[in-house]
Amino acid sequence: MSERSERLDTSVVIADQVRMGFGDVEVLRGVDLEVDAGEVACIVGPSGSGKSTFLRCINGLETVEQGSLRVLDQQVGFELGNGKYHPWSAKRFATFRTDIGMVFQRFNLFAHQSVIENVMCAQVQVAGRSKKVAHDEAVAQLERVGLSEHAHKKPHQLSGGQQQRVAIARALAMHPKVMLFDEPTSALDPELVDEVLVVMKALAEDGMTMVVVTHEIGFAREVGDTLSMFADGVIIEHGRARDVLDDPQHERTRNFLASVR
Amino acid sequence: MSVRTAPIAHPVDGREIAVARPKHVWRWVAGIVVLAVVAWLLWEIVANPRLDWSIVGDYLFDKRIIDGIWVTIEISILATVLGLVLGVVLAVMKLAHNPVLRWTATGYIGFFRGTPLLVQLIFWYNLAFLFPILIVKIPFTETGVYWDTNAVMTGFTAAMLGLGLNLAAYFAETVRAGIQAVDPGQSEAAYALGMTPAKRMRVIVLPQALRIIIPPTGNEFISMLKTTSLVYVVAGHDLMTNASQIYKQNNQIIELLIVASVWYMVMTAIATLLQSRLERRYGSDAVRMVRKGGVADRLLRKQTAPTAGVLA
Repeated sequence: MSERSERLDTSVVIADQVRMGFGDVEVLRGVDLEVDAGEVACIVGPSGSGKSTFLRCINGLETVEQGSLRVLDQQVGFELGNGKYHPWSAKRFATFRTDIGMVFQRFNLFAHQSVIENVMCAQVQVAGRSKKVAHDEAVAQLERVGLSEHAHKKPHQLSGGQQQRVAIARALAMHPKVMLFDEPTSALDPELVDEVLVVMKALAEDGMTMVVVTHEIGFAREVGDTLSMFADGVIIEHGRARDVLDDPQHERTRNFLASVR
Repeated sequence: MSVRTAPIAHPVDGREIAVARPKHVWRWVAGIVVLAVVAWLLWEIVANPRLDWSIVGDYLFDKRIIDGIWVTIEISILATVLGLVLGVVLAVMKLAHNPVLRWTATGYIGFFRGTPLLVQLIFWYNLAFLFPILIVKIPFTETGVYWDTNAVMTGFTAAMLGLGLNLAAYFAETVRAGIQAVDPGQSEAAYALGMTPAKRMRVIVLPQALRIIIPPTGNEFISMLKTTSLVYVVAGHDLMTNASQIYKQNNQIIELLIVASVWYMVMTAIATLLQSRLERRYGSDAVRMVRKGGVADRLLRKQTAPTAGVLA
């Protein structure tokens, strides 16, 4: 895999006419998107437009039914062999996901573990690092998100903003090549949004490739490189974040931006 | 409802006037009637000339009774452990994607919940009628181990198997409910971090499901202590079997049932005490799943200790 990623062109995500649905409802109806290495790709759109579903396709939490989705130079969910694409095993999915960090709207910190255990868990269980290495890494990542003094608390003792920062540290500890953010500030009280955005901005400045589903237009303008507007399962407008926000071409984009501002 | 005793000031001259105690006549009547009936019933038993209390005293610490208590405890513990382990396996099977695993678990649970425990116990005890010899060998060879079924299926093993397999069927549903009560977001986060389904179950889901599963296990064990008395049909040498063997010789049936009951109540009381401790430890929200002295525990303590800067 590393051999192949050497000669990988700069695209981390290449979606080509991606389609999928739940039962009779078609959620994605032909999504085209490319995300380059080091790019911060913001995704906006009304709820039900398929933006979160698309994000979950990127790390294989949902299965693409038609079209092609290549992430880190792999066809997500399928391996080419003997002239056929063979579905991945659960183990292959797991290996693939170690390169992709994901941050959820509802944080999803492991409720039975302390903050530091949360950040250490996958390092030890998945990456096979020693407890000492994992611990040092966890301390460093918690410092990075400004929470090292909370290392021994349980998630429920933290505010939502702090929990989300722990979730970011937990994902970063695995040294992902790309980070996915699924409305990371939507479940937060308004006064806690900024502390999370500050961490995300710092991460972008460090050169992390990021795909961010968000309603934070200010963040998209300041940090985002590109912006995609989702509506009814397709991207109706895509371009440099600043361009789209300052001069939206599509009427639905204009209406949407007016409604979230 | 609390009762007021403090005096109340008179509206005109402000004198403090005492408050009378409520009388509760019907409370007293009902209490006295019930007490009388219970006392009469107890007296009829305790003072019954046909009941010889000295025999109860004689047999309370009889060697056979004490031996039976230990066997009862042993069977209860082994059967509960068997039931719990198998119950977890069945619950995971029932939640599996593989339909064969799901149906097998459903079939097992249906069978063991659908037939009386007494029938199952007698069945296991008489397994030799179906399989006279038990064989564990490498397929297509003669290399292996052979047992005479009648030698293996003693009352003790039949009791343990019967009770354990039966409990597993009931316990599987408890475990399944516990697993399903864990927020699906926990699984998603585990998958997103690169865990396989099995690792997610073991490291993330089951430890959290335990909080829901553990309290009922105490009840299962307490009920198991008493259910073991059924073992007397297969002569498991437990408390009830031994008590029955004594009364079959001396015909002091009621006296020995009292002896057995006293001990069952003692065991239940102790188990209830242990259960409430267990629940206090695992039932709360702030539960620490880190084992005392376990890796994470040591790691955390080292961290907080002022002298230890790094993990050695």
